[in-house]
Amino acid sequence: MSVIEADVLQAATFSQNRSSNGREPVVNDFSIVVATANGTGSQTSNLTLLRALFKMGIPVNGKNIFPSNIQGLPTWYHIRVSDEGFVARRHTSEVLVAFNEATVAEDIETLPAGGVCIYSADWRDVPLREDVINYAIPVNQFLREAGVKGKIRDYIANMVYVGAVAQLLDIELDKIEEALSFHFGRRQKLVDQNMGLVRAAFDWTAENIQKVDPYRVEPLNMTANQILITGNEAAALGAIFGGVTVAAWYPITPSTSLIDALVAHLPKLRRDPETGKETCAVIQAEDELAAAGMIMGAGWAGARAMTATSGPGISLMAEFAGLGYFAEIPAVIWDIQRIGPSTGLPTRTSQGDITFAYYLGHGDTKNVILFPATVAECFEMGTTSFNLADELQTPVFVLSDLDLGMNTWMTKPFEYPQEAIKRGKVLTAEEVEEKGFFRYQDIDHDGIGYRTLPGNEHPKGAWFARGTGHNEFAVYSEKPEDWVKNMDRLNRKFDTARKLVPGPIIDVDQTAEVGIISLGTTLYPIEEARLRLSDRDLDTSFMRLKALPINKVVRDFVENHERVYVIEMNRDGQLHAILQTEMPDLATKLVSIAYLDGMPLTARWIVEAIEEKEHSE
Amino acid sequence: MTTRNAKTNAIGLEYADYKGRPSTLCKGCGHDSISSQIISVAYELNIKPHEIIKLSGIGCSSKSPAYFLGRSHGFNALHGRMPSVGTGALIANHTLQAIGVSGDGDTASIGMGQFKHLMRRNVRMVYIVENNGVYGLTKGQFSATADQGQRLKYAGKNDFPPEDLCLEAIVAGCGFVARSFSGDPKQVRELLKAALSHNGTAMLDIISPCVTFNNGDESTKSYGWGKEHEAPLHDINFVPVMDEIIIEDYDPGEVRQVEMHDGSIIQLHKLEEDYDPTDRMGALHRLEWARQQNEFITGLVYYDKSRVSLAEVSNLGDTPLGQLPNEKIRPSREALAELMDSFI
Repeated sequence: MSVIEADVLQAATFSQNRSSNGREPVVNDFSIVVATANGTGSQTSNLTLLRALFKMGIPVNGKNIFPSNIQGLPTWYHIRVSDEGFVARRHTSEVLVAFNEATVAEDIETLPAGGVCIYSADWRDVPLREDVINYAIPVNQFLREAGVKGKIRDYIANMVYVGAVAQLLDIELDKIEEALSFHFGRRQKLVDQNMGLVRAAFDWTAENIQKVDPYRVEPLNMTANQILITGNEAAALGAIFGGVTVAAWYPITPSTSLIDALVAHLPKLRRDPETGKETCAVIQAEDELAAAGMIMGAGWAGARAMTATSGPGISLMAEFAGLGYFAEIPAVIWDIQRIGPSTGLPTRTSQGDITFAYYLGHGDTKNVILFPATVAECFEMGTTSFNLADELQTPVFVLSDLDLGMNTWMTKPFEYPQEAIKRGKVLTAEEVEEKGFFRYQDIDHDGIGYRTLPGNEHPKGAWFARGTGHNEFAVYSEKPEDWVKNMDRLNRKFDTARKLVPGPIIDVDQTAEVGIISLGTTLYPIEEARLRLSDRDLDTSFMRLKALPINKVVRDFVENHERVYVIEMNRDGQLHAILQTEMPDLATKLVSIAYLDGMPLTARWIVEAIEEKEHSE
Repeated sequence: MTTRNAKTNAIGLEYADYKGRPSTLCKGCGHDSISSQIISVAYELNIKPHEIIKLSGIGCSSKSPAYFLGRSHGFNALHGRMPSVGTGALIANHTLQAIGVSGDGDTASIGMGQFKHLMRRNVRMVYIVENNGVYGLTKGQFSATADQGQRLKYAGKNDFPPEDLCLEAIVAGCGFVARSFSGDPKQVRELLKAALSHNGTAMLDIISPCVTFNNGDESTKSYGWGKEHEAPLHDINFVPVMDEIIIEDYDPGEVRQVEMHDGSIIQLHKLEEDYDPTDRMGALHRLEWARQQNEFITGLVYYDKSRVSLAEVSNLGDTPLGQLPNEKIRPSREALAELMDSFI
């Protein structure tokens, strides 16, 4: 049986006889979904389960499917355990923790036959399914016995399902305690209070519920020396080690936690121990226009300046992006993508800003973009993005997404940046004296001029940054030849960028006719889908872009395959369109596979989409 | 230098060293007069040109930074967005002195939000509004400071009341608020000098007539009206801190002295009324009264040195953030190792 069928059929196969203890155990390869109401503290209980599994050495991934709401609307947390190390979203979860009365009916519908439903015994008229194994947990009884009252009631009630799930799935209690201890920063009183309820539910479940489902976990040794971290926190740490000196921002989901992490880590990592002074300033702007203006001003004055935002913020930054491109000001703009157009779905993921960011700015504008796919790359690109911005003297975009940014991922501890901090072509007063200073002259034939920073003491060291037409000396000019010369040089600079940006990650199967190109977090379902396709006799090569603009390596990859599927999370195939534009002679080889509904893609969907295209060949 | 025998200031620079490129504004434009005063003031105060940054938005006024202090870095930004660019530049290098030039369109319409937030943060910048009540580059539309009921050739009648930028500035928390008239160069000069010593945003709303589109005598933004109606609250004299000239004895009944953050002194010679610019309620009241009476009061309207600037709030060291050496902006290997341990 191929992996794709296993996704759904595994459960169904064993579902015929509910009381059967003869079902073969399903160990370390299934998904759990926890349904709760937003704002009830379920993030704590869910992260506790995730971390406890992780501490048992089992590869895990958690995806929070949450509403744009502070309190009350439904939220779902998906935990996948996989002894093969897969971390992509799966279509179905076999184990449901139904702790939201408002959605329990529809949640139960999502279970595969033979799945497990853990629900509150306090509810009436729960539409239980015959083909699902149901376990009722008397939540109120635990709370009464524990004497929990008032505001924390909801919070602590969630610990009941932690205990029950731990008992049912064989999650070790001491790992739960370690996870709680990590979460509460080793504040023992809180750990004990929560652990009390976990233990009570754990013991009650052992005594009162006869386990008849096949799902359980066993300790593995696959997460040793790894850590759990979100992409946004990794990005913040990357910026801190990449030399950020100014961050200006405006709150917007899902980018806010990036700046939150920056603010949390800066005092320890970047306050000068000798003077007690900050080496990085963070300013909360009045809107994204101002945030973009601040990083432009800061970049001009020599800072490693960044902002973090999402689609609507990128819209507001369009005019400054054009100014940055044209006046040639370094800056780094993180876009943690969510669904648009407009406000769209603010808490759902997408890769919908690729073309917008690439061409952001009116007139002839093209921007350098980095695409992290892993938390390690979020960290690494902290340095890479600033170096590129400084060396190319231009705004650099980093397009992450909600799934990477806000969800919790396993990773090896980050390695110290190999890349030195590079500041690009900046002349001191002495160098101006030696070489002279002509702001936009292409002395090195790479399209990149030399700049000076405000404060340069040389009498000829100043220049006037402007969004208006200018000549090589940064002086206002309306001459057609000056305009063309400048724009041609900017194109030469973009060609230099092709060589400087990180190249793609390539896995070529020499026998494969079919290639896949993607970027960002579609990596995970694609990795899994390629194995499944291989099982079904379709071998593929894979190229994951880490940046735009592309270079010859991408061209070679397309040339060397019969068909190349460009897979991305948007409606219109934005990367596909850019690749076709960049390689018009190879355009017909490129086939778009694009889809977006707010959820991360699944391996199953990709397999089906590719097979459909292959069969229609 | 071509003129070897030219006069120099205390740091050995000539007046010409403070000039910019030739102006492309209309002959007689009030803005050029303000540029001239900036050049004079910088020369007189012995300012090192590299310690100044010039900032502007978009519009006639915003072109003018190219026409003064050619040896200073400048950034001609976006329409209404000069404050944010200035904020970023000054957080990256808080040792610089910023002169921002804006207009009534650039400030009172598209830029009102950033204008107010600049002052709310108390960014250390001299913010000059060259206020002529009209859009020049787009040929004569009313701005948000135009007189209510005013008629212009192409724009027709203005139905809406004007914004009062001095009122807006005080309400936003600005600690140095002045109104002046480009036809009164001496006052502009003294106010500019004082503004450069202010530790925070210093806002100068300077009525600067547009000779092409809004210079009819009935317009409150015209030369004719200004010359006729300017009613200074006081005569201003700025005494810089480094000045060793002993300040002459003065009669407190005649002169009000205001000591600034850096020790400089603003002397306000009393005219008809005894105006106290340090009284916030009084300043708001006086501006509102002037608005109701259609009085053109000029001078230092409000002064408060008590607020700290953004750079101080941000706890910055002596070296500008933008010039910190690489070893100061990347934590050590040990710091990363320790951090990673905390995640396990």
